[in-house]
Amino acid sequence: MHVIVCIKQVPDSTNVRINPETNTLMREGVESILNPFDEYALEEGLRLRDAGARLSVVSMGPPQAAAILREALARGADAAYLLSDRAFAGADTLATGYAISCAIRKIDPSPDLVLFGKQAIDGDTAQVGPGVAEMLGIPLLAYIRELSAGEDGSFTATVSTDDGEETVEGKFPAVMTVLKEAHAPRFAPLAGAMAARRAKVTVWSAADVGADPARCGLNGSPTKVVRIFPPPSKGGALRVDAREDADAAAAEILRLVKEKGILPQ
Amino acid sequence: MSAPVAIDPAKCKGCSKCVRECPFGAMRMNGRIAEVDGAACRACSACVKACPFGAISEAKARRWGAADLSAYSGVWVFAEQSGGKIREVSYELLAKGRELADSRGCRLGAVLLGSGLPPEAAQSLVAHGADEVYVADDPALAEFETNAYADAVAQLIAKYRPEAVLAGATAIGRSFLPKVAVRSGAGLTADCTALEMAAPAGGGAKILHQTRPAFGGNIMATIFTPDHRPQMATVRPRVFRAAPPDASRTGKIVAEALAALSPAFKTVKRKASGENVDIAAAEILVVGGRGLKKAENFALLEKLAAKLGGTVAASRAAVDAGWIPASRQVGQTGKTVAPRLYLSFGVSGAIQHLAGMRGSDFVVAVNSDPNAPIFQAADVAVTGDLFAVAPALLKALDERMA
Repeated sequence: MHVIVCIKQVPDSTNVRINPETNTLMREGVESILNPFDEYALEEGLRLRDAGARLSVVSMGPPQAAAILREALARGADAAYLLSDRAFAGADTLATGYAISCAIRKIDPSPDLVLFGKQAIDGDTAQVGPGVAEMLGIPLLAYIRELSAGEDGSFTATVSTDDGEETVEGKFPAVMTVLKEAHAPRFAPLAGAMAARRAKVTVWSAADVGADPARCGLNGSPTKVVRIFPPPSKGGALRVDAREDADAAAAEILRLVKEKGILPQ
Repeated sequence: MSAPVAIDPAKCKGCSKCVRECPFGAMRMNGRIAEVDGAACRACSACVKACPFGAISEAKARRWGAADLSAYSGVWVFAEQSGGKIREVSYELLAKGRELADSRGCRLGAVLLGSGLPPEAAQSLVAHGADEVYVADDPALAEFETNAYADAVAQLIAKYRPEAVLAGATAIGRSFLPKVAVRSGAGLTADCTALEMAAPAGGGAKILHQTRPAFGGNIMATIFTPDHRPQMATVRPRVFRAAPPDASRTGKIVAEALAALSPAFKTVKRKASGENVDIAAAEILVVGGRGLKKAENFALLEKLAAKLGGTVAASRAAVDAGWIPASRQVGQTGKTVAPRLYLSFGVSGAIQHLAGMRGSDFVVAVNSDPNAPIFQAADVAVTGDLFAVAPALLKALDERMA
């Protein structure tokens, strides 16, 4: 069984702001991390590897994104691939999915399982995993919280829905997106971390994976960002002090809520 | 579904190299001309590269290039249903879709998928603003299955060519619509908080301007799709308001027969867990944080929520402490909520939490720390002890009802 986990390096989004002068993103000094949701996808992949599967990890990003691939190698992945090329810059979810699907085909034209985290915390779109499934022509199962693989290429998974949860049965191949309700991520063993520093991360350009330049990066992206701006601010809250008289404060809160038409007058 | 590759019979010399190169056994010879088995083909394009005569090309459907914009017209809403009952988010989108279609001077369509659907389901979509409802009633669509649903909607888009398609940013909409976008070669913008038909800066026909938060809500971006169609968007529940139904509205209900749909996976068990309440759809949320100190104290919030007709949610700190299930978590690694009233107790307001609740209409936060960050996102900042304020609120509500 061959499992491919797709991971992304993201800015720790708690610190990303807009420069009010230039209206551009200020990324300076913002720490880069492995996308928190991808931790769970990687862990699912590692658990299958513990059971005998081969595990490859792939990412797209600037050369420094190799750091998260080394971390995956340290935790036990067998091979790591980084798509890195200026041609990929500015890609929307469609162009990103295209590039990643080209890389996956090059790694293995018929993987058994491709895993993604539920979404990345910078874009929050949750679109690349399902898009890659469609491009690879491999069926999608979204939002898994539990997965057990049978001996005969079958699997049983638990997925979360808006109404509750479902138990789903099927056969590989599949593309799945993983929730944080799955298994807690492991730490890399010390020996693994040492070895990973010397381990090879294969770096591929657009040409290396046979990606059509017209479908990559900004040029290959149907959606265009027209403008970015800071979120509208609440402009200062109305202060209520409940330290002296909680009953008076409660009455004031109810009055304000009713005034908004949220509760019947 | 058309095959992902096309073979030009005039160029094919019958060398069968593609048959040998295909990793999926999808190519075969039909006499002296190669042909592709559309069901087995995975669009890996090994055959395209292998063919010495340039006879095989990726079919247009698999590419995305500039669309003939004039061929696309109308705004569509994907109508999400469960057990034949339309979900509220679909009515919200129909209200917005009506506005967009009127602004653009085009028609508003709704797509309804399912099996054994009651006639009033389609009728209610008309009452909420649809001019046409395309109904695919098919046993393969009885329950939501991502792959079959994506195939069905992609087929309908190919047939009718709407210029814009909206769906709820629900577990369903967020999983199947990205597949539809790939099939249609379209642009898709997730979790929009504002939609508007407006002419682009350079002039020309009005196109869909989609605004959404990114980087955990620290940044807003307005996005459009100038050259590709349809323009697709998902929208979180409660971002728009549903219009009251108008039973006198008339619309056309069109029964659609689709090409073979086959769900890839089978749901063998369903559990509608009471614990998996959808906090994202709640109108009123009563939210507890670290300040609640222990699990038992959530009972106080449950009482308050019951009185207000609301739902209890929590911050990550309360979930991590094991006081309440993860399905109740608001924030970046939990759920994004947009209730009419967000009433919090003992929530400090970490930026990841604020990212998940900024869309709330009216925020009342109770915290003992006058400098709690939650107050920056609040309309009403209440400084005080939640164990005094929450019971006082309960008492005041009781008196009001008496």
